Amino acid sequence: MSANADQRPDVPPYIAVLQARERWTPAEIAFWGFCCAAYFLFPKSLMFASQVLITGLFALSLDLILGYAGIVTLGHAAFFGLGAYTAGLLSTHGLQEPLTGLAIASMVAALAGYVTSFLVLRGGDLARLMITLGIALLLHEIANRATDITGGVDGLQGVEVGALLGMYRFDLQGRLGYLYVLAVTFGLFFLVRALMASPYGLSVRAIRENPRRATVLGVPIRARLTNIYTFAALIAGVAGALLTQTTQFVGIDVLDFQRSAYLLIILIIGGTGTLYGGFLGAAAFLFAQDRLSNLNAQYWLFWLGICLVIVTRYLRGGIMGGLAGARRRLSAWWARRFPR
Amino acid sequence: MLSFLGILFDGLAYGTLLFLISVGLSVTLGLMGFINLAHGVFAMAGGYLLVFLMAHIGLGFFESLPLVFLVIAMASVVLERLLYRPLYRSTALDQVLLTIGVVFIAVAGANWIWGPGQQPVALPEILDGQVSLGGIGLSRYHLFLIAIGATLTLLLVFGLERTHFGARIRASVDRQRTAEAMGIDVVRVFQLTFAIGSGLAGLGGALGVTVLGLDPYFPLKFLVYFLLVVVVGGPGTVTGTLLAGLLLGVADVVGKYYVPDLGGFVIYVAMIVLLVAFPHGLLGRRAST
Repeated sequence: MSANADQRPDVPPYIAVLQARERWTPAEIAFWGFCCAAYFLFPKSLMFASQVLITGLFALSLDLILGYAGIVTLGHAAFFGLGAYTAGLLSTHGLQEPLTGLAIASMVAALAGYVTSFLVLRGGDLARLMITLGIALLLHEIANRATDITGGVDGLQGVEVGALLGMYRFDLQGRLGYLYVLAVTFGLFFLVRALMASPYGLSVRAIRENPRRATVLGVPIRARLTNIYTFAALIAGVAGALLTQTTQFVGIDVLDFQRSAYLLIILIIGGTGTLYGGFLGAAAFLFAQDRLSNLNAQYWLFWLGICLVIVTRYLRGGIMGGLAGARRRLSAWWARRFPR
Repeated sequence: MLSFLGILFDGLAYGTLLFLISVGLSVTLGLMGFINLAHGVFAMAGGYLLVFLMAHIGLGFFESLPLVFLVIAMASVVLERLLYRPLYRSTALDQVLLTIGVVFIAVAGANWIWGPGQQPVALPEILDGQVSLGGIGLSRYHLFLIAIGATLTLLLVFGLERTHFGARIRASVDRQRTAEAMGIDVVRVFQLTFAIGSGLAGLGGALGVTVLGLDPYFPLKFLVYFLLVVVVGGPGTVTGTLLAGLLLGVADVVGKYYVPDLGGFVIYVAMIVLLVAFPHGLLGRRAST
C-alpha cells in the first residue's frame, strides 16, 4: 500500500494537510514522555530540569510573537519579571496558595502585555526593538529603586509557597516542584498548540508572511497582534511565577536585559515557529551555561557570542531546522537504500 | 541660574560625545537599514586603544586621537566585510542576533585583556581644570569637547552638502535603487561612510573615557543611549543626530542633577514617549528598514 493509504478518499488534500497539523506525532509524544520519565531518570537534578522547562515555556511565549506573529522584541523579560515579582509579592504578603498566585501573576503580566501592545505595535522593527527594550529597562529601574517593596538588587527574600491543592508540600529536592512545573507547562503547551493549529493560528502566520495580503483576506491585523502579544505576555508571566515558586526567591535579574537577549538566543538556537524549538534550545543553552560558566563566566560570554555569529551566518533554523534536515536526508537515504 | 548654565554646559559636552559616537550608527541605519547593536564596541575599542597608546606606547593625548580614528576606521572595514555585509538583506532579527553576538565577544574579550575595572586616562595639563567665563566655572575639557564636536559637525555637514561624495551618500540614503541605477556604487559608498562613522565612534569613545567611563560593559551600558540618539534624530541625518544627541545629553545631565532619585527613568520614559510620538525621528526623512 502506498503512504497515503490512511487518507480517506473523500477528504480533499488541503483538509488532509490541516488535519495532519493537528495530529500529535510520535516524536511529540516521545518528547513529553521523556519529560515525565525525567522525574525518575534524574532524581538528583530535578531543580535543573524545572529550570529547563520554565525557560522553555518562556521561550514558547517568545515563539508565539516572534516565530508566529513576527514581532521582534528585546524586552520580553519585562513580563517574565512582572510574573515573578507578582508571585513573590503575593507570597510575602500572605497569599501563599501556589495556583492562585500563578493565576494572579499571569493576569498582571497579561494586563501589562495588553497595555504595552499599543505602544509596541505602532512602528517598524527598529521602533519595536527600542520600545520593548525601553519598557524592560524601565521596569528593571523601578524594581531596582523600589527597594522597600522589591528588595532592590538584593532580591525579594522570604518567599514561601503553601501546599499545592492544600495537600502537597513543596520539598527541597524539587520533586513536587518539577511535577508542578511539568503539569503547568504541558497544560499551556497543549493550549498553544491547539491555538496555533486553529484558523486563528493560521491567520497569525499569514500576518507574518504577508501583512498586505492578510488584510485583503480579511484578517484583522491589529486585533490579532494585540491579543497574541497579550497571550504571550500571560505565558511569560506564568513562567516567571513558576520560577519564583520553585526557587522561593526573586532576584532582580529576572528583569535583566541579558535575560531577554538570552531568551532570543535560546529560541534561535532551538528554532523559531516550531513550538518545540524553545524547549530544545533551553535544554542546550542551560546545559552549556551550567558547564561553561563553571569554568569562567567571561569564557561563557565569549563562546556564546561566537555561537550567535555562527548560528546567524550558517545555521539557519536552529536545532529544529537541523533535525528536520537530518530527517529529510535520512529518509532520502532510506528510500535509495531500500527502493520499494 | 548660574549653576543651571553650568549644568547646561556639561550636558552639551555630554551630548557632543553622544553625537560623535552615534553619528556612525545613524549612517549604518539610514543607508543600509542595518540594525547594528554592536556600534558601542567601536567606541569602547577607541577608548581602550587610547589607553593603550598613552600608557604603553607613550604617545601624548593629542597625537593618539587621530591614530585612534584611523585604526578604528580600518578595523571596522574588516568587520563590515566579514560579518555585516552578508546580512544587509536579512531580517531585523538576524541583524540583532549577530550584533549582540559581536557585543558579547567584545565584552568578554575586553574583560580578558584589560580586566573588569575602569580605565584611567591622564589628560594633558592644558585641558585640566576650569576656566571662568562670566562667573561660571567651565571645565576646560568640556570646552575642548564642544569645540571638537562643533568642528566635526561643520566638517560633516560641509562634506555631506557640498562635496561630490556627500551627494552620493545623500542619494544613496534617499533612494538606494535609483542611486544604483545612476551608477553610484552604493556598497562602496557605504563602506567608506561606515569606516568614517566607526572612526568617529572610536574617537568619541576615546574622548569620552573621562566623561562616560570605560569598562568592558560599555557597549551594553550605553547601547540604549546611542540607539536613542539615532532613532530620535532620524536615521541618516547628521543635523538630526546632533540635535538629538544634545537634547538627550542635556536632559540626562539635568535629570540626574536635579532629580537624582529618578535615575534612569527620565531617559527611558523620554525614549518611549519620543518613539511613540515621532516614529520616524525628529527630522527623519523616511522610515528606517
